[in-house]
Amino acid sequence: MNQYLIEFYEKSFGMKQVLLEAVIETLTMSLISTLVATVIGFILAIILVIADKEGLSPNAYIYKSLDIIINTLRSFPFIILIIVLFPLTKFLVGKQTGTFAMIVPLIIGTAPFIARMIENAFKEVDSSVIEAAKSFGATKFQIILRVLLPEAFPSIISAITLALIIIIGFSAMAGTVGGGGLGAVAMNYGYYRFDGIYIFWTVFILIVLVQIFQSIGDFLYKIIKH
Amino acid sequence: MIDIKHLSKYFDNQKVLDDISLHVNAGEIFAIVGHSGAGKSTLLRCINGLEGFSEGDMSVLGKEVKHLSESGLGELRKNIGMIFQNFSLLNQKNVYDNIALPMKVWGYSNDEIKIRVDELLNLVGLESKKFVYPKELSGGQKQRVAIARALTLNPKILLSDESTSALDPNTTKSILELLQEINTKLGVTIIIVTHEMEVVKKVASRALLLEDGKVIGLGRIDELFLRPDEKMMKFLGEDEELPKEGVNIRLYFPSNVSYNPIVTTMARELNINFNIVWGKLEKLNDNVVGTLVINIDEQTSIVIKNYLQEKAEVIWEVI
Repeated sequence: MNQYLIEFYEKSFGMKQVLLEAVIETLTMSLISTLVATVIGFILAIILVIADKEGLSPNAYIYKSLDIIINTLRSFPFIILIIVLFPLTKFLVGKQTGTFAMIVPLIIGTAPFIARMIENAFKEVDSSVIEAAKSFGATKFQIILRVLLPEAFPSIISAITLALIIIIGFSAMAGTVGGGGLGAVAMNYGYYRFDGIYIFWTVFILIVLVQIFQSIGDFLYKIIKH
Repeated sequence: MIDIKHLSKYFDNQKVLDDISLHVNAGEIFAIVGHSGAGKSTLLRCINGLEGFSEGDMSVLGKEVKHLSESGLGELRKNIGMIFQNFSLLNQKNVYDNIALPMKVWGYSNDEIKIRVDELLNLVGLESKKFVYPKELSGGQKQRVAIARALTLNPKILLSDESTSALDPNTTKSILELLQEINTKLGVTIIIVTHEMEVVKKVASRALLLEDGKVIGLGRIDELFLRPDEKMMKFLGEDEELPKEGVNIRLYFPSNVSYNPIVTTMARELNINFNIVWGKLEKLNDNVVGTLVINIDEQTSIVIKNYLQEKAEVIWEVI
């Protein structure tokens, strides 16, 4: 028993460098992707909310088109999406594998999801509050900025937290098809070389990362929600 | 102030408002009454253009609503405050920011906003709740914040859409008193939509009764409630059980005579006994009015009719 422990410690210590680099790669991929996907998702959500049939300027054509695009992108299994997007990734980043290359499919894969989540956050805002804003003469733009956004803000924060955690999971998945980060380490060292200790540490670090981000998200929600 | 002529509105070929004409005078409290689904809230929303209408004319503050552009409608809404059944406050903003919102939308300076919000907090009696968030307020307090918000831009008209329906009777009373105060002190014309007859009786001077989008009554409330016609009785859900035999005479007591002992005086002076078979007293705008139905046989009815003819202070009819 003691001998196993000593071996575990020694091997773990030897992985330090590899794991540290992998964590940094995973965080870079996840945070940049979340940031960009949130911006894109937010813009899409605003368009959806405005064009919705009960929205501020109903437009069935715009809403339906966007709706179909979002649903299509969301139906792809993520691994397949990465492969389908290889040409686009190569065109945009210059190569189709590696940490930065994976940001492209991560953004395209999760922006529609974030758009839906933020759209739902906007839809949760009581329609009578919007009516009240109209009743004192607020314009559409003011209603979005001064009513919808502040009212939906806590839910949007929850949505972004959820998205970040999904992206961390996706980024690990991306490691299996040429991405970097913890997923790649688990795959290359753990799976192909059959080294259980690598698997243990990558999973352990992923659990810790998810816990940390969820706690930060919950904390933010708590302090901004009234 | 508000002039509605032959207004109709369709929702998918269904007529929800049917040929409505009415005039609301400056400075009055006017009630639009009806059961749910009668179209009263829809009619109210036509006044500030939250809903459009299909036919007819609606002139508000001298402007024809259907001809207004989006910015023109905005200007009109600046002069019309509105309060709602479920208060419609922003939960993420405190009381101060909620009341300040209309002024922020219209680009007032922070100094102006500060002065006005303090004034309004004082008016609605919530100075101590200035920085509290709506979830910490009771229903009545929320409605007070909503009233303050509706008044920030100094509107000439205040629209109230079932504003007391979610409140208990005591809170309803205090909100109605606040509305009366706003009406008399600030001279704001108030239009109240409600299904609660008690609300109408307490504050409104005139009322419009709607059923299935049609007008079934329009006039001063003492007339509407004191001498309801058949439609009105049905509307109020009142049916009288009167004896089939003999003569039934209904006496109406307007507010100035309702405290006088007319019935007992009559009985004593004529030395006649009669049956009181139906009756009620009502408080309308803090005045008490009432009706009473008495039943007598054919012969004595003549004596009573003569007596009532002479005592002109009571209105009566044989039914």
